[in-house]
Amino acid sequence: MLQHFGKYLLFMSSLFVRGESPRIIFNRTIDEAILIGINSIFIVAIVSTFIGAVTCVQVSYNLTSALIPRSTIGFMVREMTILELAPTITSIVLAGKVGSNIAGGLGTMQITEQVDALEVMGINSTSYLVLPKVMAAVLVFPMLVVLAMFLSIAGGYVAGTLTGEITAQEYITGIRSDFIPYNITFALIKSIVFAFLISTISSFRGYYTSGGALEVGAASTTAVTNSVIAVLIADYVCAEVLL
Amino acid sequence: MIEIHNIHKSFGGKKVLDGISGVFETGKINLLLGASGTGKSVLLKCIVGLIKPDLGSVTFDGTYFTNNKLDIRQEIRRKIGMLFQGSALFDSMTVEENVDFPLKMLTNMSRKERIERVNFCLKRVGLEGANRKMPSELSGGMKKRVGIARAIAPNCTYLFCDEPNSGLDPQTALKIDELIKEITEEYNITTIIVTHDMNSVIEIGDKIMFLFEGKKLWEGTKDEIMDTDIKELNDFIFANRLMRDAKRIEEEDREEEQEREAEEHARLEKNKPAG
Repeated sequence: MLQHFGKYLLFMSSLFVRGESPRIIFNRTIDEAILIGINSIFIVAIVSTFIGAVTCVQVSYNLTSALIPRSTIGFMVREMTILELAPTITSIVLAGKVGSNIAGGLGTMQITEQVDALEVMGINSTSYLVLPKVMAAVLVFPMLVVLAMFLSIAGGYVAGTLTGEITAQEYITGIRSDFIPYNITFALIKSIVFAFLISTISSFRGYYTSGGALEVGAASTTAVTNSVIAVLIADYVCAEVLL
Repeated sequence: MIEIHNIHKSFGGKKVLDGISGVFETGKINLLLGASGTGKSVLLKCIVGLIKPDLGSVTFDGTYFTNNKLDIRQEIRRKIGMLFQGSALFDSMTVEENVDFPLKMLTNMSRKERIERVNFCLKRVGLEGANRKMPSELSGGMKKRVGIARAIAPNCTYLFCDEPNSGLDPQTALKIDELIKEITEEYNITTIIVTHDMNSVIEIGDKIMFLFEGKKLWEGTKDEIMDTDIKELNDFIFANRLMRDAKRIEEEDREEEQEREAEEHARLEKNKPAG
C-alpha cells in the first residue's frame, strides 16, 4: 500500500519534470477536454436530472408535518444537490466513465509499446500523455458539476410539479430561500479535487499496466475502484476542512 | 558507432544480461542474434535507454549515454529511430500523423516542409498514397513500413529494430529486411536489429553478436558464422534450419494441395453437362 503510494507520488512528480512545450500541452489539453466534456454530457445530464427528481419526491414523502412549509422541498433539493449530489455523484459517475477510459487507453498504449516509442523519441511520456488529461479533467469537471446542479434542480422541479407534490411557486420560493453562495464555491473546490484524484489515479493505474489485454481490463477496474474510494475519502475530508 | 561496455541487468534476482560488451559499426547492419529469452530485447532497450542497466555503459559516437545528464541523453535520443516488434504506431493517428509526429515534436520544420518529408518517407518505404489510412486498416507488413518511415523521418543517425520480421510471411519479411539494409547504406546510419531469424543473418547481417542465456557467446560476420565450433550457436543454426525446412515443406504441401484442387475443379468444370 505504502509502496504504491510512493510510486504514485513519484509518478506525479514525473508529470512536471522535463515537460513538453506549453503550446503542445495546451493543444492536447483542449483535445482531452473536448473528449472528456462532450462525451460525458449525456450521462451526467441523465443521472443528475433523475437524482433531482428522486430527491424531490423522497423529501416530499418524508415531509408529513403540516407545520413545515412545502417550499422546504425546493430548499432541500437545492442544498443536497449543491453540497453533495452534484459534485460527488457526478464525480463517481465520471470515475466510471472517464477513469476507465483513461486507464484503458494508457494501458493499451503501454502494452503495445506506444509509450516506449514516445520515450525513445526523447518525449516525456507522462508529461505528454498524462498532464493534459489531468488538466482537462480539472478544467471540465467543475463545468459538468455546474451543469449537474442546474439539471438536478430542474429535475426536482419537473418531478415535484408534475406529480402535484409541490406547486411551481413553492418550489421556486424554496430554492431561493437562505441561499449561501459559499456552497457553490465548496462544490466547485470538491469537483476540482475529485477531478485531480480520478484523473491521476486512473492514469497511474493505466500507465503501469504490463502484460496483455486481460491486464488492461484489470487496470481499468482497479482504476475505477480506487478512484471511487479516493473520491469518498476526499469528500469527507473536504466536508471536515471546508465547512 | 555505438559501443557498449560490460552491460549487466537482473530482474528480481534473475540475471538477464551478464557483462555484454561490443561495438556496433556505422553504415552496417548489426544483428543481435539468439533464441527467445536470451536477453536480446532487454539489451536493445538498455542501449536506447528504455531500461537502465545495473552496471555498464553505452556510448553513441563517443558521447557517454547511460548515466549522463538528461539534456545530453535527450539530445542523443532525438537521433534514434526505433522500429518496435508490434510496430507501436499511435492507433489514434493516421499514417501521415504517425510519420509526422516526430517531426512535429522534435524539429522546427514548417507544416509544408513536414508534409513534404512525410510524403518522401512514405514513398521511400513504398507506401505513397496511404497517408489517410488508420493503423487498424494496415497489414502487418505495411505497419512495419510505416514504423520504418516514422523512424527515419527526423533523419535518425541510429536505427534500432526489435524483431522486424516477427509475424510476417517469408516474402514480406525479406522485403522488410531489404528495406532496412537499403536505408542503412543510403543514409550511412548505425543499425542494430534484434532477431532470431537466420534468413535475416544470411540476407542482410554485416556483423552478428550471438547471445545465449544473457551472455555474448560469439561475434563475427555472416561468412564466419557457419564455421564456428560453438555448440550453442550450431544448435541454434540447426534448429533454425530445421524450422525453415519444415516451413518450406509445409509451403510446398500447401501449393501442391492448391494445384490439386485447381485441377479437380477444372476437371469437374470440363465434365459438367452442357446447358
